[in-house]
Amino acid sequence: MSGLSGRAAIAGIGATEFSKDSGRSELRLACEAVLAAVADAGLRPSDVDGMVTFTADSSSEIHIARSTGMGELRFFSRVPHGGGAACGTVQQAAMAVATGVAEVVVCYRAFNERSGQRFGLGRADAPSGAGADDAAFAWVSPFGLFTPAQWVAMFARRYMHEYKATGEDFGRVAVVDRKHAATNPAAWFYGRPITLADHQASRWIAEPLRLLDCCQESDGGQALVVVSAERARDLPHPPALILAAGQGSGDDQHMMTSYYRPEITGIPEMGLVGRQLYGQSGLGPADVDAAVLYDHFTPLVLPQLEELGFCGRGEARDFIADGHLEVGGRLPVNTHGGQLGEAYIHGMNGIAEGVRLVRGTSVNQPPSVRHVLVTAGTGVPTSGLMLGTDR
Amino acid sequence: MAQTEQDGYEKRLGEFAGREAAPPRPGPDPVNVPMIRHWVEAMGDRNPVYLDEEAARRTGRAGIVAPASMMQAWTMRGYAAATAGQDDGSGLGELIALLAEGGYTSVVATDSEFAFHRELTVGDHVGVREIIESISPEKKTALGAGRFVTTERTYLDQHGETVAVQRWRMLWFRPARTPPGGREPAALRPRPAVNRDNAFWFEAAREHRLVIQRCDACGALRHPPGPCCPRCGSYGWDTAEASGRGRVYSYVVSHHPRHPAFEPPYVVALVELEEGTRLVTNLVGVAPEEVEIDMPVALEWLDPDPELSLPVFRPVTA
Ligand SMILES: [Zn+2]
Repeated sequence: MSGLSGRAAIAGIGATEFSKDSGRSELRLACEAVLAAVADAGLRPSDVDGMVTFTADSSSEIHIARSTGMGELRFFSRVPHGGGAACGTVQQAAMAVATGVAEVVVCYRAFNERSGQRFGLGRADAPSGAGADDAAFAWVSPFGLFTPAQWVAMFARRYMHEYKATGEDFGRVAVVDRKHAATNPAAWFYGRPITLADHQASRWIAEPLRLLDCCQESDGGQALVVVSAERARDLPHPPALILAAGQGSGDDQHMMTSYYRPEITGIPEMGLVGRQLYGQSGLGPADVDAAVLYDHFTPLVLPQLEELGFCGRGEARDFIADGHLEVGGRLPVNTHGGQLGEAYIHGMNGIAEGVRLVRGTSVNQPPSVRHVLVTAGTGVPTSGLMLGTDR
Repeated sequence: MAQTEQDGYEKRLGEFAGREAAPPRPGPDPVNVPMIRHWVEAMGDRNPVYLDEEAARRTGRAGIVAPASMMQAWTMRGYAAATAGQDDGSGLGELIALLAEGGYTSVVATDSEFAFHRELTVGDHVGVREIIESISPEKKTALGAGRFVTTERTYLDQHGETVAVQRWRMLWFRPARTPPGGREPAALRPRPAVNRDNAFWFEAAREHRLVIQRCDACGALRHPPGPCCPRCGSYGWDTAEASGRGRVYSYVVSHHPRHPAFEPPYVVALVELEEGTRLVTNLVGVAPEEVEIDMPVALEWLDPDPELSLPVFRPVTA
């Protein structure tokens, strides 16, 4: 076990409602989520001395700190690469808390991603500068490959070819997510499950991806409060201990188009994250009782299961078809409904579900959960967490 | 469209009749005096029953009432929400997507008929439920060929009682393509961001040469290019000219979102060149459903506009 394992815990979670049109500013959503998380932790805004968010967030910590009365901050940090940042924010917070750099660190993400700037429309007409990040799009955009769905579709087609996976194998991920969302009152798709036939009848977006392979776009905010494990034990909720936290960028990594590696059916950066999570925590795949796997697009859930050691290469489709992602299965996944079913808050709502699973308060709570693995965005440089119950 | 395809499209449109347009949704605010005041001022409506309690009572009412014409206003979500598109899994969102598939991408509201059941008073909270009633066959209109979509909106108060029913009709149409007296400018493909590290590749492409960056110390080929060799660390490089032969390593058939420079469905492929590097490109001369992984392909050049030349590939026999 590493020096980070078990030193910090998530003591509070808070979110806004999840909608298609919040009617409020992104800063206001961030303030609401942060204040809700701080209250959930039994703390006051003035107790907060550190904040972490995504480089993609439009509301810097200074705006939230002055609006919510936090006063002074002594630690602030940002993590890049879109949804790949999610668990990385908690890693930053845990490191700050474990080293005494800060005592109460809030991680947050809030946006009007549906009613405001929509990621799904892609970067076709994004302004282009001379920097390396903009230049990277020169290899894809002029050919009409400029949305996340299209980028993922390229991996998905090759995966289907090599492992004889089908569109139905991807569809089963959407069905189980929507099944879990159907019983979650906070989910956008509450009360609206789908069948595999619904998935197969949904229109093409970027073949082999159909509409129901693509996660929704959402307005909302989510925040998490990280404190030391000792302090968490004195706060109202059972601590969700951070048993491991890792980031990963693979060999020959590109932003979301790592098409030039010898193989493109795996997610090596997620494998790297998984090895760190198991190494830091001293746990293995068999010890994981539930997981929240990033599901912006269904096809990349399959190689996540493989990279994290829950099944062998190319076996994810059988693992899923055998019902192992269901509550009562070997590895209940996305019990909140995932981003396909609950909301797309760049993975931060999935970390909150990981905390609820550890607390025993998920709306779809499996029995006896001790360890929960949470992942962040796939196809991009990413991150992950292993959360666990106290002692 | 072929006839069978056309019949299938008609049938899919027809299946929307009777479906819920969107989940029932309460209005953002209850009926209130400030919104009534703004409305009657903007409309120049001087009828005193909207703002003067005494005057309203003299007409036999219990107090002031909201103008009937405000019914829809109590349920409106604001401009940003109303214009943000609808692909949220709602019936109307799906219908709009299907209409777009048929080329009906522009919309204009054509008429609205109301039947009012009672007047609204301050404190009432109105919600709306909307059902898709019908989608007409294609009609020729002055705006272009289009289809009328009619929905029925039932306005309900806080007790679930109907206060008004509205029949709402929109024309979804194909905008006339060519403006009188001239051709539309062709839409440009997205511009590549060209900088000091990648300019050589796009300049070679302008001369219809497909090049691959090559380390001048260890000879390793690399694409996409970079300033430094990951294998030996050398900053020196030249280029090798590709033979133009390769195979399809993976591909995408893109349908959404629509971009005016691309005619969907179109094929974006990841081609592995015989030199060993891969590149993202387009396939030409092949129907999307005929593309296969490992298919042999050969280089051609596409000049989509005077500033841009791109390598594309056409299937060939091995
Ligand atoms: Zn070299």
